[in-house]
Amino acid sequence: MFRFIVRRLIWAVPTLLIVTFLVYVAIRLGTDPVASYRRSNARASEAKIQQYIEDNGLYEGFGGYVKGYFSWLGSFLSGDWPNSIKGNREVWPNLKDAMANSIRLAGIASVLSIIIGVTFGVFAALKPGSVRDGGVNTTALVMLSIPPFVSAVILQMVFAVYTRQWFPEATWLHFPTSGVYPPGQHGFNLLEMLRYLTLPVIVVAIQTIAVYTRYMRASLLDVLNSDYLRTARAKGVSERTVLVKHAMRNAMLPIVTLAAIDFGALFGGLIITENIFEYPGMGRFFLTAYGNGDFPELMPWMVIVVLAVIIFNLLADLSYAFLDPRIRL
Amino acid sequence: MTELMNPSAVAVEAPPGAAPTGDAEGLSRKSLSPRQMAWRRYRSHGPAMIATVVLVLMVIFVLLAPITARYGVNEAVFKTEGGVSNRYLSPRAEAWFGTDDIGRDLYSRLIYGTRVSLAIGLAAAIIGVVVGTVMGAFAGLRGGWFDDILMRVTDIFLAFPFLVALLVTRNMLGEISWLEPIIGERTSIRFIILLLALFGWMGVARVVRGQVLALKEREFIEASRAMGAGNRRIIIRHLLPNSIGPILVAMTFSVVAAIIAESTLGFFGFGPQPGADTTSLGLLVGTSKENVLTGNWWMVLFPCLTLLLVALTINLVGDGLRDATDPKLQRG
Repeated sequence: MFRFIVRRLIWAVPTLLIVTFLVYVAIRLGTDPVASYRRSNARASEAKIQQYIEDNGLYEGFGGYVKGYFSWLGSFLSGDWPNSIKGNREVWPNLKDAMANSIRLAGIASVLSIIIGVTFGVFAALKPGSVRDGGVNTTALVMLSIPPFVSAVILQMVFAVYTRQWFPEATWLHFPTSGVYPPGQHGFNLLEMLRYLTLPVIVVAIQTIAVYTRYMRASLLDVLNSDYLRTARAKGVSERTVLVKHAMRNAMLPIVTLAAIDFGALFGGLIITENIFEYPGMGRFFLTAYGNGDFPELMPWMVIVVLAVIIFNLLADLSYAFLDPRIRL
Repeated sequence: MTELMNPSAVAVEAPPGAAPTGDAEGLSRKSLSPRQMAWRRYRSHGPAMIATVVLVLMVIFVLLAPITARYGVNEAVFKTEGGVSNRYLSPRAEAWFGTDDIGRDLYSRLIYGTRVSLAIGLAAAIIGVVVGTVMGAFAGLRGGWFDDILMRVTDIFLAFPFLVALLVTRNMLGEISWLEPIIGERTSIRFIILLLALFGWMGVARVVRGQVLALKEREFIEASRAMGAGNRRIIIRHLLPNSIGPILVAMTFSVVAAIIAESTLGFFGFGPQPGADTTSLGLLVGTSKENVLTGNWWMVLFPCLTLLLVALTINLVGDGLRDATDPKLQRG
């Protein structure tokens, strides 16, 4: 186990370096950072532009890409990050807030989805082939087929326009459709925050609930068919114990792995939902930076997302090995 | 937590079942080929059959676009004159689904748009399936470093936000000038098909690889090898025909993923601009966001519902195919 972790961690470093280098090349080729800088800062002097190129290591040519990558890596690791091109702001404070916002939104949605999805999955799997199994399965497929922007736009239209028109009295129905807090709000207010989170969470949860439902159903069906369950029943263990202790615990294994990988992807934010609801998370951060061609903002974003993906993939493998004694590492 | 499903993520979503084994049910009914048994199971799958009928009707409908559409793509329902504007008309006899900002019939535009989007989805999926099958079969049969690298790469892409990968790659490919004669402008349909195919092959590759790994140790492969068959013959004569079910399933999900990805790109204004005389679902859905707060509900509702209907029917067909070709999953 220990050797496995060490080996994977050692492998993670070159993976991270290669992936960030590829991302670096892709972003430099795709956004042309110097041209974007000129666009955002039309009156910048030549000296300023040179300084920007120097700070970010944006040298020309193939050799310049390699050299530039290492100079970027050096300043990134030393914590001396260049400022954003739009408004010359420090990148980390914004990125940190965006991360916190995304984790809050996606975290709540994930937890809700897992609870609801697992429940429905079990509900369906206990009677395979029945009407309720078919119902749950088809409903999940319908939910899976709803692209997030479709549900977001429709919910936004209903709650921003129509509930206000049709039920002007019922203020509790008037869910806000953009932002995290009402304008002018300072400090922490749980109730307001939850009200603002309601619609984005629903949009995200529609699809993830469906994914967990289908996954749980398939996983539990697999377990229910296994020989050790027949053995457990044969030796007279009560149906309840068979289900809870033998079947559920084993069927939850793939769910744990799926959830771990999901939590890793969560750092990338929910680009579609966050943009439609103007929610200042990682997804919105990315799309704004992408639109501006903001190289100093895009690179740290990418590194965090790639890092999260790699770490949580490792955790997923580990959790599987830890929970399933048959797997020896 | 990926909102925009990477086609690969959808394809591998169900826990990997074992390779299709002999169906017990087939023993009692003599002389039914596996394909006939699959067809029988497919027909008994209610939702999938309904979806198939709806999908076929929809395809016929959009293929006959010049007849079924009431107006041309860019034709206004009537000229604005005498103070009667043709802008943003709500649904009525002249325009069943209402009109857009310059008075074009939304119903007709949806037919033309669905046509283009279905073509994009199908083309991207076919390229993805061909490339993915070759890669997956090769990786599964040969193993070694190629297999290792393939698995690492797909692992990262599966967990990476799909939309980010699409957007960054789109920009990068669009900037490389010598690629332009081959893949076209970044707003062209050809470009978007190739971009989606670039990510679409991975799911299929994983599915095929899994199939090959499970099948290659079986006796009939061994027998074939003993009789002197080479790798190519084994792949073409034995491995592929035995994996056709999972490949078809992966393909239907790739089609949906490509259509939704195209619409998502279109929604954010990064999609194809298919020239002056066509449109796409992505473009139509994209205009919906400007109409959310203005109360032009038909501009939001109809494009969204069309996209949903397309995605749902193809998904249901894929689900039916999965149950039909993998008896283990359905019988439970």
